[in-house]
Amino acid sequence: MSTTAAETGPTGRQLPDRLKSPLQRFLGSWELLLLVVAAGVFVLNSFASPYFLDPWNLSDATFNFTEKAMIAFAMALLIISGEIDLSVASIIALTSTAMGFAVQLGADTPMLILVGLGVGLACGAFNGLLVTGFGLPSIVVTIGTMSLFRGISYIVLGDKAYTGYPSDFAFFGQGYVWWVISFEFVLFAFLALLFAVILHQTNFGRAVYVIGNNPVGALFSGIRVARVKFALFLLTGLMSGVAAICLTSRLGATRPSIAFGWELEVVTMVVLGGVSILGGSGSIPGVVIAAFVMGMVTFGFGLLNVPGIVMSIFIGLLLIGVIALPRIVRQVLAKRKV
Amino acid sequence: MVMLANTQGSADVHQRSGDSAAPVLSLAGISKSFPGVKALSGVSLDLYPGEVTALVGENGAGKSTIVKVLTGIYQPEEGEITIGGTPVSFPTAQDAGRAGVTAIHQETVLFDDLSVAENIFIGHAPKTRFGLIDRSAVVDKAQALLDRIGARIDPTVTLKDLGIANKHLVAIARALSIDARIVIMDEPTASLSHKEIEETYELVERLKAEGKAILFISHKFDEIFRIADRYTVFRDGQMVGAGRISDVSERELVKLMVGRSVDQVFPKRVSQRGEEVLKVVGYSHPTEFEDIGFTLQAGEILGFYGLVGAGRSEFMQALFGVTKPSKGAIRIDGRVAVIRNPNEAIGHGIVYVPEDRGKQGAIKGLPIFQNVSLPSLKETSHNGFLRLAREFRLARDYTQRLDLRAAALDQDIGKLSGGNQQKVVIAKWLATKPRVIILDEPTKGIDIGSKAAVHEFMAELAAEGLAVIMVSSEIPEILGMSDRVIVMREGRIAAEFEGEDLTPEHLVRAAAGIAEVRS
Amino acid sequence: MIPSALKSREAILAGAILVLVAAIASRFPAFVAPGNLANVFNDTAPLIILALGQMVVILTRCIDLSVAANLALTGMVVAMLNTLMPGLPVPVILAVAISLGALMGLVNGLLVWRLDIPPIVVTLGTMTIYRGIIFVISGGEWINAHEMSDAFKAFPREVALGLPVLSWIAVLVVLGFVVLIGRTPLGRAFFAVGGNPHAAVYTGINVGQTQCAAYVISGALAGLTGYLWVARYAVAYVDIAGGFELEVVAACVIGGISIAGGIGSVAGALLGALFLGIVKNALPVINISPFWQLAISGSAIIIAVAFNATSSRAKGRVILKKAEHAT
Repeated sequence: MSTTAAETGPTGRQLPDRLKSPLQRFLGSWELLLLVVAAGVFVLNSFASPYFLDPWNLSDATFNFTEKAMIAFAMALLIISGEIDLSVASIIALTSTAMGFAVQLGADTPMLILVGLGVGLACGAFNGLLVTGFGLPSIVVTIGTMSLFRGISYIVLGDKAYTGYPSDFAFFGQGYVWWVISFEFVLFAFLALLFAVILHQTNFGRAVYVIGNNPVGALFSGIRVARVKFALFLLTGLMSGVAAICLTSRLGATRPSIAFGWELEVVTMVVLGGVSILGGSGSIPGVVIAAFVMGMVTFGFGLLNVPGIVMSIFIGLLLIGVIALPRIVRQVLAKRKV
Repeated sequence: MVMLANTQGSADVHQRSGDSAAPVLSLAGISKSFPGVKALSGVSLDLYPGEVTALVGENGAGKSTIVKVLTGIYQPEEGEITIGGTPVSFPTAQDAGRAGVTAIHQETVLFDDLSVAENIFIGHAPKTRFGLIDRSAVVDKAQALLDRIGARIDPTVTLKDLGIANKHLVAIARALSIDARIVIMDEPTASLSHKEIEETYELVERLKAEGKAILFISHKFDEIFRIADRYTVFRDGQMVGAGRISDVSERELVKLMVGRSVDQVFPKRVSQRGEEVLKVVGYSHPTEFEDIGFTLQAGEILGFYGLVGAGRSEFMQALFGVTKPSKGAIRIDGRVAVIRNPNEAIGHGIVYVPEDRGKQGAIKGLPIFQNVSLPSLKETSHNGFLRLAREFRLARDYTQRLDLRAAALDQDIGKLSGGNQQKVVIAKWLATKPRVIILDEPTKGIDIGSKAAVHEFMAELAAEGLAVIMVSSEIPEILGMSDRVIVMREGRIAAEFEGEDLTPEHLVRAAAGIAEVRS
Repeated sequence: MIPSALKSREAILAGAILVLVAAIASRFPAFVAPGNLANVFNDTAPLIILALGQMVVILTRCIDLSVAANLALTGMVVAMLNTLMPGLPVPVILAVAISLGALMGLVNGLLVWRLDIPPIVVTLGTMTIYRGIIFVISGGEWINAHEMSDAFKAFPREVALGLPVLSWIAVLVVLGFVVLIGRTPLGRAFFAVGGNPHAAVYTGINVGQTQCAAYVISGALAGLTGYLWVARYAVAYVDIAGGFELEVVAACVIGGISIAGGIGSVAGALLGALFLGIVKNALPVINISPFWQLAISGSAIIIAVAFNATSSRAKGRVILKKAEHAT
């Protein structure tokens, strides 16, 4: 069957660009399935409670996911590149503690923002340095910094709390831009767009995919693998700082247990959004829809007076189920063929 | 195909005339395929007690597949394995071990963090009355086995503290410990020193004396003729010849292996060397290579020959900026260039098509066009933003030039055959418009058709004035393609040949470090 | 050379522990009184037991983040069982705890083995699921001391030969692991699977099955500890041992068990757990707020993993003869 190059001449045939049109791709995509799930949850919720469709209720519902989703966008990039950061919730704790501390020293709101972003960046840089500079596995490093960052908050705060944030600081977590549209939601939408552009439209985003699929091949193709990974840890730290500002502003207080367990929800959101935990594939639109699904499910359970811990069973099942289901289907199909 | 059948016929004659004892292990009609490749089609292989059978063939001929079939890692789709005349099957590696088959591998597949004794007895350690592993017995028996093969190794030492040669000895001791009747030695002398090689030969003699049937896989003709009693030749997944080694000459063996004479396959080319493009002076690395220096001219194909582990790939990767040299300098077009990472190498127009295509070359999981455009993104993108249309155009042009066989440019490169993956990798580097292209084992493990296409293309590139470095362990390829050949041995340049001097004998001797002997 | 280095890694840790204890003793001699040391050991017993279970999981290149949730769920189940059937003898309770724990470990193991789901995802998921189930079965209620039978509470605290039963169980588990790791084919298989999965297949070891076995062992020990924990503190509620899984992983990492698999020892896990246990018990003695503990264990993890990485950095191929002789 094989024909040699000599027979076909120096130039072969031209290959078509695409096998499937973008529409065909979308029809078979994880994102579409998620959209259907999101619509289903929306309908169920509106049946479950007459209050659900109230605009203010819907607006409240968004607070269940906006802060986590901001971190999830950066985490998605990090996981696609083949790394992970389990310290994000602890970065929030440390950042929030630093802001509370700054308040005690009389910092005003712009200063607090700087402190929040700066501490988040510093934490990300610390993780990034340990992983890329010393070549340590990110999972262990961030389990370590997860204890360390929150541990520092405990050392500073113990069983106390910081309050007394300036009144104009409340805008970030409690303010509304227009009618029921909160500042957080606008920020979430803006960041979703920004990250979608970074991941899907830039050379940097392409490098993230390349590294996630084949880090050695990336190196052999001239990509500065360590630099890209370091940048991703920085970005994740920064977004954790942003989330810390929003959350602290919303709660108006800092306790060392703030955002406890969020790392799990953020990772679940990313994986539910179709990002492969092994790296190499995933999309920001997927993560955005996953954020809506998780937020609405949580809110729906809340309307039904289901306690938060039971929701966590659901989230755990979702996390495993989402990954297990395609594999089970594949195994069953493979057996049928034989 | 007709030619193959002919050689097989003549081989059968060899076999019939040479038989003495009954084979302890026989493979008949074994077939095994993988998506897109038929790795083995109906091969047969006989191993005799107390005899060494050399298995020879080019890379990708199916040698490692047959080893995996024999050790229970792969299940053949067709064919029969018989041991002592009774049909057997090896659903798992354990079954193969129980049947007395053991393999000593290229990359010694043992456990670095366990002790020598534990490595020897993993899976079948002597037990105490309580069913626990008897540690002192493990050490004692390991010591006895090591003594039996004359290895001076402390059985309590951790394996990773041993050199390659000693690891082989441990693997051999393990083979003896399971009382294997059939021992497979997969290139046991690759990357061993001369003295260690001699010791390995003695060991093979000892195993022979104990009545083991040995399957000896090797690329080195001198050792095949020295220690083997029989030979079997594989080519493209088929058995093309077998018989007694005394009935065959080196020339006949090479012909069986390659299946054609050299000048039939390789594109005819007239060497047109232009100006000097690259000059390397005194390139050294603490552990991998030393004092490598040469010049390369435009339009030239410079071959690098040597045994596996001679340091060729390691040097090339340093030249490409993956590893850092400790000493040495590079001049490109007469100007000093410093290369600290692949990015800078690409900037200077030096590109590298790696040997390990799956790990270092193809970005599996990404579509073809993104693989092609990867090192050229600076050109195709605009202010850091991707421009897909330009990427597609680039990919279309270069894949067409290389006659890529694929359904569409957005297909995952991982779904292509090895040969087509290689074409994509070459396309991706050509798209950067390099001055120097380094091809490391460019046709390893790819089908004949793609092989010819790659060779054809290399000749074309050289004719267009590109300077080409080709690392290859296949003598026909080296001879057929290169204008000039540098032979490396143990991390150093051993010799350089050109013109009349470029003969298989010279290359093999220089690579093995054997002095010229006039016969 | 390396076995001595490997042993010396444990020796370094043992040395660090001795220095730590000596430093504390120089200021607070009461800390090293035999009675207090026995208390420290007893306090650390759950961590030791769980760290050993975690060790075999990590050896096979996996991780079990669900141990603390497993512990809490088993603890709640046996506590409820005790309130419903106060007459149930302790051996039955133990059997229930161990089997339930093993069952939860099996769920983890099967998901990793049969469905090939990354271990971290599996155990992050089951961690929340197991925790959530506690709430569902208990309705968020606490089970307090007065609801538990005396025999149920007394067992881990009973003193035999100068040490509480809890401590003796930890000792037995350590001895059991010495045998399991050093003297059984399964113990060797853990190292083989983690050290070189490819080669493990060649020696006839089923990688997935071995990983599953590791999860069952880790789960069974978590179940056992679940009962001991609840009985010792005489209380069961949703959040007991919250975050304890990180302390367990920390003990392993500090003890030199490589997260990349295949490297580790019983002594290492034991010492890693003891180190954390001593720090925890020493903080109040030397008047440092217990709030320091989290940061200290976090730093210890980072230092330990950095130390292990630098001592076992992968070297390139040695081709040059002179280089071979030099090393």
